[in-house]
Amino acid sequence: MSTAANTLAPLAYVLQLADTTLVLGQRNAEWCGHGPALEEDIALANNSLDLIGQARLLYSLAARQAGPQASEDSLAYWRGPEAFRNYTLVELPHHGPMAPSARQDRDFATTMVRNFLFSNLMVGVWAQLEHSPDQQLAAIAAKAIKETRYHLRHAHDWVVRMGDGTDTSHARAQAALDHLMPYTQEFWRPSAAEQSAMDAGIGLDLDTLQAPWQQQVDATLAQAQLKASPSSGFVSGGKNGIHSEHLSYLLGDMQSLARAHPQAVW
Amino acid sequence: MSIPPQTPEALKPLSEWPLWEVFVRSKQGLEHKHCGSLHASDADHALRLARDVYTRRQEGVSIWVVPSSAITASEPNDKAEFFDPSGDKIYRHPTFYAIPDDVGHM
Repeated sequence: MSTAANTLAPLAYVLQLADTTLVLGQRNAEWCGHGPALEEDIALANNSLDLIGQARLLYSLAARQAGPQASEDSLAYWRGPEAFRNYTLVELPHHGPMAPSARQDRDFATTMVRNFLFSNLMVGVWAQLEHSPDQQLAAIAAKAIKETRYHLRHAHDWVVRMGDGTDTSHARAQAALDHLMPYTQEFWRPSAAEQSAMDAGIGLDLDTLQAPWQQQVDATLAQAQLKASPSSGFVSGGKNGIHSEHLSYLLGDMQSLARAHPQAVW
Repeated sequence: MSIPPQTPEALKPLSEWPLWEVFVRSKQGLEHKHCGSLHASDADHALRLARDVYTRRQEGVSIWVVPSSAITASEPNDKAEFFDPSGDKIYRHPTFYAIPDDVGHM
């Protein structure tokens, strides 16, 4: 029986949060230098740096639990895709599904709809964890929630602009929503790590997250004049370690330098 | 799902976002200072982008954005009649008395 003073978030759950924020930070960083306008390019880079900053704090917290061999870098750079526990949603490329070996440009609508669906979730998660009895996790949540509220505002504005914009922007936003919405089912099915976090009483409560999340989705879609898209069908399992084919390429990019030069310092 | 092709017309508005001037107040009590300009589609968008472009290093506590087209500027050609006459009127500078220590920012 643990008391409030020494309740710690389970390592597996901290890693789930860390992997999720790192993978989306890395994914969104692909826009760096390629944004649709200079100002949006900077906005997206800021968003990525916020997420990577959150990941660093979470990996440091995890490393303290994982033992003397573990560090922020070892957890980020020396685990393979099978060890990562991020949501599948955040590892998907910036475009819809396509034939193998096909190439497609980044689609800004996909990026923004994803950021909207995800930051909408994380605002709820951080709001719960802000009051966690795990003091260090609570401090990370208190910092992250301010950043995430801004990410939500930024993404919401774009979803509305694109949905209620030109025929092209509306069609692209709707296509992105139809493609990504099924992946949000993963949010609500507790992973083993989430279940142990809830059992440990660290402040997480998945059941109460969905209604406010859905309310925000409905409000934004109505304002954007987009059609609600069913979140049904295949349930992705990234947070259980079952990933799409896209994660290994993303990690290959991200980890290659650290692996080629293991002692490199910069 | 069918997405209409990106025609040059569809891309046009992006390059034609109007220009906005950005003013940032660095801390309470100080005035807003002009710090640059940016392109944005409307006022809210401009405010959001100003936050991302001009206050990412904690430069501000408040932002104003103003359509650049709303600013009437003096003409460089008018420089002589606008500004030169004040050049020899040093009595307009309050340099003939000491500012008390208790007076803070001035």
